Amino acid sequence: MRTDTADLERPASAPAFQQLGLGRKIKNHTATVLFGLAFLVAVVPLLWVLFTLVQRGLAPMLNADWWNHSFYGLLPNDSGGGIYHALVGTLEQTFVCALIAVPLGVTVGIFLIEYGRNSKLARTTTFMVDILSGLPSIVAGLFIYALWITTFGFDRSGFAVSLSLVLLMLPVVVRVTETMLTIVPDELREASYALGVPKWKTIVKVVLPTSFSGIITGIILGLARVMGETAPLLILVGYSRAINYNLFDGPMASLSLTVYTARKTSTEAGEYRMWGAALTLVLLIMLINLLATLLSKLFAVKTR
Amino acid sequence: MTESTNSEWRSAPPGEAVTPPGEAGSTLVGGPEEPVSPEPPTPPEQPGGKKKVVRLGDRLFQGVATGSGIFVVSIIAAIGLFLLVRAIPALHANEANFLLSGQWRTGDPENMAFGIVDLAWITVASSLVALIIAMPVAGGIALFLTQYAPKVLARPFAYVVDLLAAVPSVIYGLWGALVLAPVLKPVALWINGTLGWIPIFADGNVPANSGSNVFTAGIVLAVMILPIITGVAREVFERTPSAQIEGALALGATKWEVVRTTVWPFGRSGFVGGAMLGLGRALGETVALTVILSYTFEGPHYSIFDAGATFASRIALGSAEFNNHLTVGAYIAAGLVLFISTFAVNALARWIESGSGKGKK
Repeated sequence: MRTDTADLERPASAPAFQQLGLGRKIKNHTATVLFGLAFLVAVVPLLWVLFTLVQRGLAPMLNADWWNHSFYGLLPNDSGGGIYHALVGTLEQTFVCALIAVPLGVTVGIFLIEYGRNSKLARTTTFMVDILSGLPSIVAGLFIYALWITTFGFDRSGFAVSLSLVLLMLPVVVRVTETMLTIVPDELREASYALGVPKWKTIVKVVLPTSFSGIITGIILGLARVMGETAPLLILVGYSRAINYNLFDGPMASLSLTVYTARKTSTEAGEYRMWGAALTLVLLIMLINLLATLLSKLFAVKTR
Repeated sequence: MTESTNSEWRSAPPGEAVTPPGEAGSTLVGGPEEPVSPEPPTPPEQPGGKKKVVRLGDRLFQGVATGSGIFVVSIIAAIGLFLLVRAIPALHANEANFLLSGQWRTGDPENMAFGIVDLAWITVASSLVALIIAMPVAGGIALFLTQYAPKVLARPFAYVVDLLAAVPSVIYGLWGALVLAPVLKPVALWINGTLGWIPIFADGNVPANSGSNVFTAGIVLAVMILPIITGVAREVFERTPSAQIEGALALGATKWEVVRTTVWPFGRSGFVGGAMLGLGRALGETVALTVILSYTFEGPHYSIFDAGATFASRIALGSAEFNNHLTVGAYIAAGLVLFISTFAVNALARWIESGSGKGKK
């Protein structure tokens, strides 16, 4: 099968020169195995968490009442009830959060890339966005408490939660807009300018649509991140077992808060509700992640 | 732009108008993040820059964009300011030394005594346990994903690690307290039994087999910060110049030697920066620790089998007594300390990270 020419064309491989010493071989293999193991170590907790959730949380979800009832009027030992009240709260709070955070974040991103590149203000802003992305969520909650409730005198409400979530979502949106705008090729901008299009119109009509799919994906991933937040909710809104559609008034449930609160009911029914809510929350987050992937495919710039 | 101005601009002598006015030389200024591409083009103004046509739309848009940048900067300033203003009255009413006391009595605004020593210990201890566990694992994962895993699989594998970051912290808390803690019990007992003569592994203020201690909390935190450190490390390891890797290979280095001599030295500081980011996240983690750590009134024994509260979990636990300004002020004071420390850690992380890979082109 082997011919002389084929032998010659084959590039010389390492053993053709010298065998590896045993020590180096062992070290090399040990390193390979260790690095592979490190990856497995990361996979184990992920699968373990997901397995636990499905194992303990699936039963409540299969109950028909789960999706259209609340926990209203349930005694600690009563089984049944549904997650509707928390679903409403989570969706409303994150939606209002996105309504504020997305325009603001995208504008900041535009400022950083299109207007302020390398200016002192832009560098300060980038730094502050970095700091904001490392801001503990509880501190965001405390800040909104100090501002909205203590200083302005409002009551605890779902809207206060949305405000604190804005602080947590903003850096994600800015980061993603920044990254996506840098990718937009300068030729596109130049072509637009060459046609006499003013800068702002170039940004709105050329730069943003080009990067739209990336930005929308990032926004949705940011939403998913914010959706699971619990810490600011503990401070900023009371938990309600009834359905409350009003963001501005009264206690309001949300999925993460439900998980946290249901933990205090140490009955079998309480645990049942807790794991059910936890699995619902993770499913919602996964669904949103999936949506992000789909949208990014759907809105991807067609290159024909 | 009219056609004539356009053609005029094009025919302008090189060096005068080819570089749009006001932009010359600014590429030389290196920002904290190295620009991926050079300066973006700006729309050509009137040739020679004598007369500028500024459109209303442009002015408005630039104003809004710049304003939002300023707004973000002012948010951070406002956070510090508001927390400080709200904390000061409570600190005045405090009967204990805020920095040196370990007690936390804030229910009665007339008679408050609170200090942060115990909170600081639990916070730092659990974060350090997390960091010690997560750093080698994250480094290993990043090296595996960038250097070892087949190219086709590297992306989905990285996605799996990122999924760890998508799980909400309250769920990590539940898992840690109800599932992981019982499993860790024999491990904790063994460490406590065999290594108990080292102070850090000695008996804590709760029994070692209770599970609701810094040890369990640290392990759960390690899982939570793993994707952060891995993400940063992966990015820097990926940027290792391939010429260096190929050079090492050409000299007959094994894969491990390539990693040791080129990838690791190149990405080390970025990796440390990523670890600092993870530390910042661990310091501020709230709900997972609130769920895992049991609260005890006994002071800490400075062992990893202590229980208690971190800054963040103390605030979360206290949310029920947020009914008057002074009590809230006490918690805000704790929050301020947390804010300052995460600010410092994050700033340091960015500083280390921005220095990585420079000067080794």
